[in-house]
Amino acid sequence: MKVHEYQAKKLMKARGIPVPEGRVATTVDAAVAAVRPLMEETGNKVVVVKSQIHAGGRGKGRFNEHPDLGGVTVVTAGIDGGVSAAEEAVRGLAEKMLGSTLVTVQTGPEGKQVNRLYIEQGIGIDRELYLSVLLDRATSRFIIMASTEGGTEIEVVAEETPEKILRVEIDPAFGLLDYQAAQLAHDLGLDGDSHRNGLKFFKTIASAAVELDTDLLEINPLVVTTDGRVMALDGKMSFEANALYRHPEVAEMRDESEEDPAELEASEHGLSFIKLDGSIGCMVNGAGLAMATMDIIKYVGGEPANFLDVGGGATADKVAAAFKIITKDPAVKGIFVNIFGGIMQCDVIAKGVIDAVKEVGLEVPLVVRLEGTNVELGKQLLDESGLDLVSAADMKDGAVKILELTK
Amino acid sequence: MSVLVDKDTKVLVQGMGKTGRFHTDTALAYGTQMVGAVHPSRAGTTEVFEGETDHSGVQGRGDTYHAELPIFRSVAEAVAETGATASVVFVPPPFAADAIMEAAAAGVELVIAITEGIPVADMVIAKRFLVGTDTRLVGPNCPGVITPQECKIGIMPGYIHQPGKIGVVSRSGTLTYEAVYQLTNNGLGQTTAIGIGGDPVNGTNFVDCLSLFNDDPETEGVIMIGEIGGTAEEEAAEWIEQNMTKPVAGFIAGTTAPPGKRMGHAGAIISGGQGTAEAKIAALTKAGVVMAPTPTDMGTAMQEALAAR
Repeated sequence: MKVHEYQAKKLMKARGIPVPEGRVATTVDAAVAAVRPLMEETGNKVVVVKSQIHAGGRGKGRFNEHPDLGGVTVVTAGIDGGVSAAEEAVRGLAEKMLGSTLVTVQTGPEGKQVNRLYIEQGIGIDRELYLSVLLDRATSRFIIMASTEGGTEIEVVAEETPEKILRVEIDPAFGLLDYQAAQLAHDLGLDGDSHRNGLKFFKTIASAAVELDTDLLEINPLVVTTDGRVMALDGKMSFEANALYRHPEVAEMRDESEEDPAELEASEHGLSFIKLDGSIGCMVNGAGLAMATMDIIKYVGGEPANFLDVGGGATADKVAAAFKIITKDPAVKGIFVNIFGGIMQCDVIAKGVIDAVKEVGLEVPLVVRLEGTNVELGKQLLDESGLDLVSAADMKDGAVKILELTK
Repeated sequence: MSVLVDKDTKVLVQGMGKTGRFHTDTALAYGTQMVGAVHPSRAGTTEVFEGETDHSGVQGRGDTYHAELPIFRSVAEAVAETGATASVVFVPPPFAADAIMEAAAAGVELVIAITEGIPVADMVIAKRFLVGTDTRLVGPNCPGVITPQECKIGIMPGYIHQPGKIGVVSRSGTLTYEAVYQLTNNGLGQTTAIGIGGDPVNGTNFVDCLSLFNDDPETEGVIMIGEIGGTAEEEAAEWIEQNMTKPVAGFIAGTTAPPGKRMGHAGAIISGGQGTAEAKIAALTKAGVVMAPTPTDMGTAMQEALAAR
């Protein structure tokens, strides 16, 4: 589960990790109202207006409605003009940004609507670094990944100058040790105050990331300020869904307006669903088989419309819900149901499909491939239902048949 | 011969809830030696199982079975009383990592964790806990391990399997069934089929299983089924190139998976350009593995790999 930057910073701040002061705003007036207290509290005349969407690349991103405007904009009007000039500048920006669509490298061409702004104090930056905490699957341990090349995309750094990526392994039994933090501070070129502040930052961030069950905690840039502080200027956090039960304060931060409506509906039914761009809907049991089904559709020349795993213990109700989600997508020109019943019994799947079609109707071709437990019973149910469907002998046969029917 | 489990393996169940009970029942029907269960709130009671024998399992049994399994408070107690050397974990996600560690502390040699949805941070700790112990963990989030007609531990349908010469190792449940079914239909039985699970942190990886099969005199070839995410398949490819003496066939799921999206399994995600199907297929092909172009071709890919020797 992803959260917004302002939420990530709130979580970091609560754990003693230095972040700039800021206020979140969902209206133009609230954005303007944030300026005065922020400037007075921090004594800083620069503020930054940051679009809050669940995607990176906001600074370089542009609004569809305002092609010259970036998603993160620095307001310097306060330096000469004081609070009121800064307020007017923020008003102008907020009026343009709120409700407009921001397109970044991560949003895709359709972009994302900006519903929230984060008004933040400006920071005097000496250096920009990169830091993230993530799982290293090869060692089954969390690691800190860091680089002196902050502010740029880390994938690019990893590709072009891999020697500039530092990795520190965190032993789950001991956490990040002092010597590891010191080595990291040294390797990042921190000295004096920034070295001391860096040690504390690294140890705090390492334990926070693990304790909060983050999937990824990424700070880009991590900055060294002109007065030697080490601070998270940006903050990107995503959380492991399986561990949300023990972090109610994080679960509350979920912003459903950032999620695909179909994926959201699927997750409410306990289904694993991902929307894709193609025209052949698929319903499969098991994640591996569901991926392989998408692959074979593509292999025979089609394009899958979705990934959908109904799971191992699905009921007829769940199957019906899955079927409805697929048929709701106007891009779907045909449906391929591919089931290998192990624990999941074929007759249960068959019943779910029949129920769903009875309820929502079926306007596109349907190919069903059933194999495994209670397969004969499942096929019999489908035959007797009078549904207009085509049976497939195996996966490839099914993929070929649905492709032909949708041409 | 087989790997990990055989007809003499004595198995404990950790977590005798509805799911645990259902799969204990099918394992008993198959002929697996289920010897007891750990479920603290019901310690001291007995769980009764009876029904019709699954004749695709252990041969030479009557048409019905009846078993009374003692329920224990702790794994240590259960091991002391039953002599079990393996356990299967159905404990719910918040408590599953602890159950794995408890089994390891009690000296259980093989722990098979079926539970899906264990927090990664818990598994990182469990994996650290296993360092220096003699316990092998398979899973979590896996279908289990089966040696056809000898021992079935897990949630796979027994009847699709047949004894034979092929080792099967896979990150996915239903895709394993698909592969086994094709092998059986092509006359290729299995020595042992191991589901290593779809989570990013697992106890046993491809290399571990390839090594076991390479050393097993009965196994003549191996099929490995991978998917997007991580680099376990690339590591397997390197190991195969240097060590494997037997033919290997393979399939990788997720060629069409978009980057940055978790495809059902917690571990099936392409992130930062790593873990693509293309990279895995290229690495395995380079290592001499016969890759099935589609999931329908897994059985024939294994036949091709065997014929090439």
